[in-house]
Formats: sequence, C-alpha cells, structure tokens
Amino acid sequence: MKIVEFQHHQSAHCENGVASNVLKFNGLDISEPLVFGIGSGIFYVYIPFLKVNHAPAISYRPMPGIIFSRAAKQLNIKIKRERFSNEEKAFAALDRNLDLGIPSGLQVGVYHLPYFPDEYRFHFNAHNLVVYGKEGDNYLISDPVMETTSVLTKKELAKVRFAKGAFAPKGHMYYPTSVPTEVNIEKAVLSGIKKTTKDMLAPVPLVGVNGIKFVGKKVAKWPKKVGIKKTNHYLAQIIRMQEEIGTGGGGFRFIYAAFLQEAADILGKSSLNDLSQNMTEIGDDWRDFALHASRVCKERVKDVNAYQQLSKMMINISDKERKLFTDLKNSL
Amino acid sequence: MKKDSIPQDKSSLSSKGMKEMCYAVDENGEYSTALSTGWKPKTIALEVTMDDLNERIENAKKSVLEGKKSPILYFMERSRMDWSILASYMGKRKWIVKCHAKPNVFKKLNDTIIKKYAEVFEIEVNELKDFNENS
Repeated sequence: MKIVEFQHHQSAHCENGVASNVLKFNGLDISEPLVFGIGSGIFYVYIPFLKVNHAPAISYRPMPGIIFSRAAKQLNIKIKRERFSNEEKAFAALDRNLDLGIPSGLQVGVYHLPYFPDEYRFHFNAHNLVVYGKEGDNYLISDPVMETTSVLTKKELAKVRFAKGAFAPKGHMYYPTSVPTEVNIEKAVLSGIKKTTKDMLAPVPLVGVNGIKFVGKKVAKWPKKVGIKKTNHYLAQIIRMQEEIGTGGGGFRFIYAAFLQEAADILGKSSLNDLSQNMTEIGDDWRDFALHASRVCKERVKDVNAYQQLSKMMINISDKERKLFTDLKNSL
Repeated sequence: MKKDSIPQDKSSLSSKGMKEMCYAVDENGEYSTALSTGWKPKTIALEVTMDDLNERIENAKKSVLEGKKSPILYFMERSRMDWSILASYMGKRKWIVKCHAKPNVFKKLNDTIIKKYAEVFEIEVNELKDFNENS
C-alpha cells in the first residue's frame, strides 16, 4: 500500500472540511469558506412533515453531498461517487483506493462513531470524513471536525458506513479523479453567490428567508398548539441544528461572512466586504436568538410573551436576510 | 462574532478534550478561525434534548413492565431510534416493527428475529427475552 502525506486541517463543517482537505491534497489550495460559498452552502429549509428526533426537521444547509458536488462542478473537478450493496464490496473499493494512495471521502452515520461524546451520538447519517491510510486492520481517519486524526477498526468503520435510517450512506465513498491546476475562481465564486441568492429568496413558503419567517411565526403558535413542553423540545432542536458542531456558529452565517470577505478580494468588489459585515451582524442575531431560546427552554417559562419575543427575533432575522440577499444579488 | 468573545464554556466536548472550530472577526474586521470549548446555550439545548430522551426511555420501561408494550420499545428508545430508523436497521416495514412492540406478538417471535433485534440494539438475546426492573 502506498503511504501518503495527508495534511489534516480541522474545519468547522465536515463536508466542506473534507472537500477542502482532499482538494489541498490534490494540489488545489482552497479554503473551507471558499468551498462553502462556491457550493452555495448557506440555506434554510423547514420540513414540518419530516420528524428528526421527534421534532420537525429544520436545516441551515442543503442536502448532504450537494455543497461539494456544486463546488466541484463550478471548479471543473471530476468526482467519482460510489455506493455499495454490501460491506465486502465497499471495503474492497476503499482498500483499492488506499493501495493507489487516494485519500477517500466517506459519508458516515454519527451514532456509532466511538470518538464522539455520547451526547452527540444521534442517528444522523450525513457526516463526512476522509480515510487516508490503513495500518493492519485499522483505518486512519481524518475527521475534519476533530483537532487531530483518529483510528477506526474495520468493524467500527463498517458500522458507520452502513448506518441505517434517513440518508443512509450505503457505504458512499467519493474522491476526485481529476483536479485542474488552473481554475477560473472568479466565475465559480460568482455563480456560487448567484445560486445562493436565488435559493434564499425563493418564492416558496418553507425555503430561504420565507422559511425563516414561517418558522418565526410558528414559534409564537407552538405553545398553544403543541404545549409548552413540546415547544421547548422543538426550540432545543432549532438551537442544536443552528449551533451544533459543523456550523461554525450562527447557522453557518459566520462561515458565509468569511466567504464574502474572500470573495471581495477575488472579485475586487469592496461592496462585498460591507455585506460580509452585515452577515456577521445577522450571525450575531442568530446567536442572540439561541441564547434567549435556551433560557426559555431551561426555565420552562410558562409566559407566552417569551415565545412571542423569540418569534419576533426570528422574523426580524428573516427581514434582515431578505435585505442582505437582495443587496448581494444586486451587487453582482 | 468577535474573536475575543468566542465562548469557552464547559461542555460535553470539553470533557472529552475536544474543541470545535468557529469563524470570527479579529480587531481589524478580518475573518479567521479559532477554537471553542463550548457554549452554554448549546449545552442547555443538548440537556433539554437528553432530558426528553431519558423521559421517553423511562416511559417506555414503564409500559413494558406494565405489560402494555414489548421490550422492543424500550430498547428502541434507549438506542435513540424511532420506528423508521429501527425498521430500516431491521430491514422490515415500519408497521411490522411496530407490531413486534405488542407483547403478545413479541412472545411468538422466532429466535432469528430476536437475535437480529439484539444485534441492532447491541445487547444480549436474554436482555430482550428476560426484561425486568433492572434492565
């Protein structure tokens, strides 16, 4: 087997981290915020009929795998994706890649990952990591949200690669097959931003800034409709989705603000620096929302005014984001 | 978020020596990354979720001991699963798995199925078969 020098860089978000680390290995120096922005990673969607941990699903990002796919397409990088019907085939393919010295990205479930704290072990199947080598029967793992690399036995790795439930990975493995040395980064950044403004301003109720407003209104209604207890459970879920490992804080808003700053340099547009600043303020508003919501959850406030307040905060964020993404669209 | 205001609160991450990465601006307004040991509102949200989960587990245990449900329900909750996730791990339809949570159906299940459940829940077969107060 070929020994490769794989540089592990910790990142905020797993998918961008894997993308950034793997692309760096392949000679394309690209930061996590840049992958995130080019891949139009910022998003919002509310899916009331899909329950995650007994609460309605809310996501601050698009479907798993999409950010990297979009970024790769924009940058003219070819990625091979493989899914497998059984463990033998999945490991034969992984071993083949490692023999050739190809660090490979894997989609995995979090529940059986031994190095995660117990409180973080839920049936969430859209985590990503890189396998960059093998020692005996152990696989060398670069999990981008960890500070250092880890080791998993074949049995442990098999469990997470074949986790079941929503977004079951089915052994999903991906790796670039061709990475261009010269990329048109300006064009990629521009189309990434365009796609983002289109999605965030989509004229449908549950998506983008409309989705945020929709949930904002729901927060005021939940206490009456589902009771205080469930409302607090839903709020806890919102906070977790927004702030959990991988978002870089504030529901990815800070990573996006970092991207806008890089984009300002790349495109030579100083207006993007101002928008980055606005995005940072919105990120702070999300943090403020999380802070207040957590107090309401903890103290089991029976006062409905507290929920009205949270509702207002969220609707206010939605209005600010509408303005921001409209300005962003017009700045291009 | 400003770099010097990145929270460094105690959390379940810090208890494992883990830190997570945040994006924040420095005094010149430039973005860079910094590590955080945790943030209290997140810890609270996680605690609320865990409390809720423990309550579900306790309720499930009660139902099983009262003979209203089979141990499948208890171990499903303990494994942080819902019916869809369990059905997916079992390779069965959701309604079939739900049916197995009925005590009289559960009693008639053959050993192969019980063994499969035990594997999914990462427990011994007898823990499923001889469920009691101390389970």
